[in-house]
Amino acid sequence: MNKTSWFNVVSLTLGFAFLYIPMIILIIFSFNESKLVTVWAGFSTKWYGELMQNEAFLNAAWVTIRVAVFSSTLATVLGTMAAYVMVRGGRFRGRTLFSGMIYAPLVMPEVITGLSLLLLFIGIGLDRGVLTIVLAHTTFSMCYVSVVVSSRLVTFDRSLEEAALDLGCSPAQAFRLVTLPIIAPAVISGWLLAFTLSLDDLVIASFTTGPSATTLPIKIFSAVRLGVSPEINALSTIMIAIVTFGVITTSLVTKHQMVRQKREEQEAVRS
Amino acid sequence: MTTLKFEPWNDPQEKPLIHFQNITKRFGSFVAIDNLTIDIYEREFYALLGPSGCGKTTLMRMLAGFETPTEGTILLAGQDIVSVPPNKRATNMMFQSYALFPHLSIWENIAFGLKRQAMAKADINDRVEEMLRLTRLEQFARRKPHQISGGQRQRVALARSLAKAPKLLLLDEPMGALDKKLRQETQFELMDIQEKTGTTFMIVTHDQEEAMTVASRVAVMDHGQIIQVATPDRIYETPNSVYVADFIGDVNIIQGTTTANGKDSYSIAWADAQAPLTANSNQPFSDGQKCHLAIRPEKVAITADRPGEVANAVQGKILDIAYLGNISTYHVELPTGVVIKAQAANTRRISRRSYTWEDTVWLSWTATAGVLLAN
Repeated sequence: MNKTSWFNVVSLTLGFAFLYIPMIILIIFSFNESKLVTVWAGFSTKWYGELMQNEAFLNAAWVTIRVAVFSSTLATVLGTMAAYVMVRGGRFRGRTLFSGMIYAPLVMPEVITGLSLLLLFIGIGLDRGVLTIVLAHTTFSMCYVSVVVSSRLVTFDRSLEEAALDLGCSPAQAFRLVTLPIIAPAVISGWLLAFTLSLDDLVIASFTTGPSATTLPIKIFSAVRLGVSPEINALSTIMIAIVTFGVITTSLVTKHQMVRQKREEQEAVRS
Repeated sequence: MTTLKFEPWNDPQEKPLIHFQNITKRFGSFVAIDNLTIDIYEREFYALLGPSGCGKTTLMRMLAGFETPTEGTILLAGQDIVSVPPNKRATNMMFQSYALFPHLSIWENIAFGLKRQAMAKADINDRVEEMLRLTRLEQFARRKPHQISGGQRQRVALARSLAKAPKLLLLDEPMGALDKKLRQETQFELMDIQEKTGTTFMIVTHDQEEAMTVASRVAVMDHGQIIQVATPDRIYETPNSVYVADFIGDVNIIQGTTTANGKDSYSIAWADAQAPLTANSNQPFSDGQKCHLAIRPEKVAITADRPGEVANAVQGKILDIAYLGNISTYHVELPTGVVIKAQAANTRRISRRSYTWEDTVWLSWTATAGVLLAN
C-alpha cells in the first residue's frame, strides 16, 4: 500500500468538499427550526410535516412521477429500437447521418429543444399539459437510452442471436428470448437514466408545460423566486435520500452478483 | 464376413444429402466462394480444411442460412434451400464461441430448440435427458453456462445442436478453444457421438490433425475453391497438388524436370552434377516437363553409410535435429543448398546414435515413396 501523502489527502478533501458541501448545508437547514433559511435556531422536523400538508407540492410531485415513468418507458422502447437498428441494421444509405442525428440532442442546448417542441405543439394544436411534457421528455431522453443500450449491443456476441435463429426462433422470438434478457441490465440502466433526467428537468418542462401540469422542478424554481423556504430544503433532502438509496442499492446488487459469478466461475474451473 | 466400407461417394446409386451446384459468393468485389460444386452424403463426417480466409466458414454459414449465395443452388435432400430462412432449415450449427445462452441453465439451453417446435412437454424432457446422458452432463443440468468448465461448455453446445436431430450438423471450429489433450479426447468423443446418432456432420477447421482424425472425407480449400476432396489417407498419401501436400503434414518438395524411363516411371533431373532421381507416377508427364517431387519426411531413411540397392540416395550434412521424444526430425543440407527433412524413430538411446550435428549422412527413399506433382 502507498503511504497517503499530504497532497493526496488535501486534493481528496477539496474535491469532496466542492461536491458535497452545498448539499450538506441544504440537508442541515432542512432540519432548521427557524423559518429563516440562513439562521440556525435548533433542530426540528416540522418542515417535513408541513410539506406533507402542502397540496401544491404533492400535486407537482405526482405529476413529475407520472411524467418520468411514462416518458422514460417510452424513451426506453424507442431508444432500444434505435440502438438495435444502429448496431445490427447493417449498412444502409445514410446510416452515418442517421446515427449522428440520434445523438445530436445530447449536445443540443435544452432551450432550443424546448423552444422547437413548443412551436411544434402549438403548430399541431396540441393542448399543453402532462402529455406534451411526456412527449418532450421522451424526445430528449431517448438518445441517452440509445447510447447506453448500443454500447452494450456492440459487445454482444452476434452468434447468440444466430444460435437462436438456428434453433428455430423467428427474428422477433430471438430478440425477445435471447437478446432482450441479456441486454436487460443496459436497458434498465437506460430507463433509470431517462427517469432521473425527466425527474430533474426544468428547462424543457417549462417550455412545454401548461397551466394544468406543474412538475416539481418548476414548482421549486418558482417557489424559490419568492424566497427560499425551509419546506423546499426538506423536499430536496427527500429527493437526495431517494436518489442515494437507489444508487447504493443498485451498486450493492451489482457487486453482489459479480462476486457470486466470479466465485461460481472459479468453482467451475476447479471441479 | 465382409466388412462394409463406408464409401457412398463411390456409389453412383447414392444420392447426396447436400449438393452445392456452382456456388459463388461475393462480398463486394471480393470472391469468397468461387464456382464451387460439392456433394456430401448421409452419415458422412465431412471436414472443410483450409487457412483462415479461404471461405470455409462462409460455405458453412450458407448451409446454416446466415449467408445467401450470389449464384448457384444448394440442395438439401433434393430440395433447394437457398431461400429458406435459418429457423426453417433442418440443419443445426455448433458455434465456435459455443454461443450458449448465459441467462439459461444447461437444461434450458438444450431444451431451447425443442421448445420452438410443437412438442409435448414430456417428450422435451425425455429428449433433453437423453442429450444430457449422451454428453455426460447429467449432474450439470441445473447450472448456468458460466458455472461449468470449457470442456463441459463445448459438450453443452454439442448437445444443444444435436437435440433437434438435424439432418446435418455443422460444427464451426468446435475444438478451437480447448487445450491439446482435451481436444484429442473430444475428437474421439465426437466421432463416437456421430456414429451413435447417425447424423451427418460437417466440420470446419484449420487444424489438419483434427480433420484427419475425425473425418470420413476431407476437403482442402484455398481462395474460395476446393483443391481436393478425398479420404484422410488419400489426402496424405496422394495429394493432387503442392498446395495440399504442403498444407497437410510435413513434406519435402524437390523441383525438377521429368524424362520417362519406363512404364509409369520417370527420372527427374533436379540439380547440376547430381544423379537424377527416380519416381513412379500414375499421372502422365511429358519429357522436359517441370515437376515437383513431394516426399514425406518419415519416408526418407537416414543412414551413416551409403545404403545398398535403393532407387534414390543423396548425401548431405546434418544442419539441425528436432528431438520430439519418440521421433527425431533431421534437417539435412545437400551440396546444392536444398534442405531435406528426414524422420526416424528413436528406437535407441540418443547416446548410442551414430550421427549428430555436422555429420555427413546418406538420405534414401524408394521410387514409390514420393508423389510427382505438376503444380
